[in-house]
Amino acid sequence: MTEHHQPLPDLPPPITSTGVIGWMRQHLFSSPLNIFLTLLSLYVLSIIVPNIINWAFIDANWTGTDRTVCDANPNGACWTFINVRLNQILFGLYYGQHADQIWRPITAFIILAGLVGLLLLPRLRFKAWLGAGVLLLYPFVAFALIHGEWLGLPVANSSQWGGLMLTFILASVGIVAALPLGILLALGRRSEMPLVRAFSVTYIEFWRGTPLITVLFMASVMLPLFFPSGVEFDKVMRAVIGITLFQSAYTAEAIRGGLQAIPRGQYEAADALGLGYWKKTIFIILPQALKISIPGIVNSFIELFKDTSLVSIIGLLDLLNMAQTASRSIEWKGYDVEAYIFAAMLFWIFCYGISRYSQHLEKTLHRGH
Amino acid sequence: MKQDSTTNAPATPWHRDPGVRALIFQAMLLLVVVWSLGTIFSNTVTNLENRGIHTGFDFLHEIAPFAVGFSPFIEFKLGESTYWDVFLIGIQNTIIVSFLGIVAATLLGFVIGIMRLSPNWLVSKIASVYIETFRNIPLLLQILFWNFAIFLTNLPGPRQSLSLGETVFLNSRGLYMPRPVTESEAGAWIVIIVGIAALIGCVVLYRWAKRRKDQTGQSFPVLSVSLAIMILVPTLAFFITGSPVGVELPELKRFNFEGGMQMPLALFSLWFALSTYTAAFIGETVRGGIMAVDHGQTEAASALGLHRGQVLRLVVVPQALRVIIPPAISQFLNLTKNSSLAVAVAYEELVSIWSGIALNQTGQALVIIAMTIVVYEILSLTTSAILNFYNYRIQLVER
Repeated sequence: MTEHHQPLPDLPPPITSTGVIGWMRQHLFSSPLNIFLTLLSLYVLSIIVPNIINWAFIDANWTGTDRTVCDANPNGACWTFINVRLNQILFGLYYGQHADQIWRPITAFIILAGLVGLLLLPRLRFKAWLGAGVLLLYPFVAFALIHGEWLGLPVANSSQWGGLMLTFILASVGIVAALPLGILLALGRRSEMPLVRAFSVTYIEFWRGTPLITVLFMASVMLPLFFPSGVEFDKVMRAVIGITLFQSAYTAEAIRGGLQAIPRGQYEAADALGLGYWKKTIFIILPQALKISIPGIVNSFIELFKDTSLVSIIGLLDLLNMAQTASRSIEWKGYDVEAYIFAAMLFWIFCYGISRYSQHLEKTLHRGH
Repeated sequence: MKQDSTTNAPATPWHRDPGVRALIFQAMLLLVVVWSLGTIFSNTVTNLENRGIHTGFDFLHEIAPFAVGFSPFIEFKLGESTYWDVFLIGIQNTIIVSFLGIVAATLLGFVIGIMRLSPNWLVSKIASVYIETFRNIPLLLQILFWNFAIFLTNLPGPRQSLSLGETVFLNSRGLYMPRPVTESEAGAWIVIIVGIAALIGCVVLYRWAKRRKDQTGQSFPVLSVSLAIMILVPTLAFFITGSPVGVELPELKRFNFEGGMQMPLALFSLWFALSTYTAAFIGETVRGGIMAVDHGQTEAASALGLHRGQVLRLVVVPQALRVIIPPAISQFLNLTKNSSLAVAVAYEELVSIWSGIALNQTGQALVIIAMTIVVYEILSLTTSAILNFYNYRIQLVER
């Protein structure tokens, strides 16, 4: 019997390469340049961060109902202002003044959140039907609740809508209404008929080449001129039309990406089965193409969500304009930093949330072939 | 025989023939499009005439009844300049802010992108916080925030201006910089021509060095020699012609600075917001481009014995640039389109002065909006032409 050599157990790694110290050596102090950069960053952060924390939290004013509290302590942020004007900033002028009606937009929002939550569940039967139902029916439910006339509630005219609610309405109506248009345009751009293709390309490039603000100017100044006198649109409707036309070009480009990603074999197989153009498109091509283009559409939705803030230039009271207007009222003049930061925070939460979700989607939808 | 069998087969009815169907469908589409555009046009013209506005280009020759404050290159004279001049000034100011924005956004974007890739955890985190903050907040909000909440209220008045070596001043009215002044026109032209000649010389030198390297393998320090030529030759010309270009410093007068180069606060805020916003997107592009270069490339280059600088300069950067440049050019176009948000801070560029003030003054909605759109369409089509050309060029490089 030969004796087996028993090696000694491995020594633990040196203390300087494990734990907190090792992590710091590797990630913060690995070379002279890195040491310098770390120290420089720490120095800059030590100047900026404490000031911001002091202003926004420690010295901030949270309580009270008018500006006397804030004026007495001008070194901190005046969150009192946001607190007092919260309803107005979130739901606009009408609901800002009629606090007893505020359950209506809140209910509409809760229904939407519930439905979207259901749709986000990974395994759910009849998901497609539910999705279609949300797209087609929910807008009417929301309109009935927020406008109020159909349900016999006090009427809130669209001219009095505003705040975060209006931002949501504009962005979601824009993306939903642009979807069918975008699908048709994307199909048109890949059509074999030269005129259809030329028309789609012209349409898409026209809107993509123009800044949204010009489109909104056009919608608010020129739309009434386009129709015979007597046809009238309200301001929100005009903005929605402008946003939809603009957005459909970007949606079309996102869907075109999906269409291009589908292998030729799918088209040929559908042809071999004897399917006509529409059957082939609706049953074979679009279900696959739309799935691939979801991340692209979601990304264009984030851009649209941010861009809806431009309607404040044509005088609509969206989240940005509502916050700004509130901070320019006589009672709260001078607290515009708080107004902008609050609006920025709301925008940031939604955009960042959606973009993280879209990254997650890209990973799950990616089936490596 | 074969021909017989085809003629005997039941002929496709004409309404089932795909070719005929396509023709009919396209004819219908054309009719609908032409009819709707025609109706829209005639409705617009009638509606404008009902309001007493005669649509046409005649108003371009009329004198503009309002003042334009900022126009560094085209002279504006109240009571003499026409609407056409206002249009040109609008384009000029759009180009100015876009150019300044593109330069600053590119520099800042590269810094952010490289910081994001840094092995230093803190530096990389700072860059990603920057990117996520700036790109998830609407640009308009950022412009308003910087202009109204930060610069306008926190910058000191003209008397207490922040200054950089008593030559550059920043206050709540704007940014003031020294301006080059020509003292002798002929001399200035000589210096410019000499400068261009030096540039051409550098290009020739670069070509010669490249050819020599391809043939003999000997390298030539092109960069340092060109730098020396570009600095020394024009400077020499400058002194030989007797300093034809002087410098005019901004001077504090009774109410504000006068002379020098002036940048109104609206332009400064717009420029600041546009560049910090676009830099976040360019930073992501740069990071993506550098990460797209396969790690094997770097290793192979080191195995060939290239040192770190050479690996970066000869292997990584050329391949990364190919990925970075197309999306960066689209970002430049986005920045140019976004400069139209100037209307919020009343910087006098195309949308704000032309689609805004001029439209309100004349009521010529159709012509004015159409002209504005045409300018942006030209910019955007030029950009896509450049992009297509670039993509075509780099395709040739590939195997």
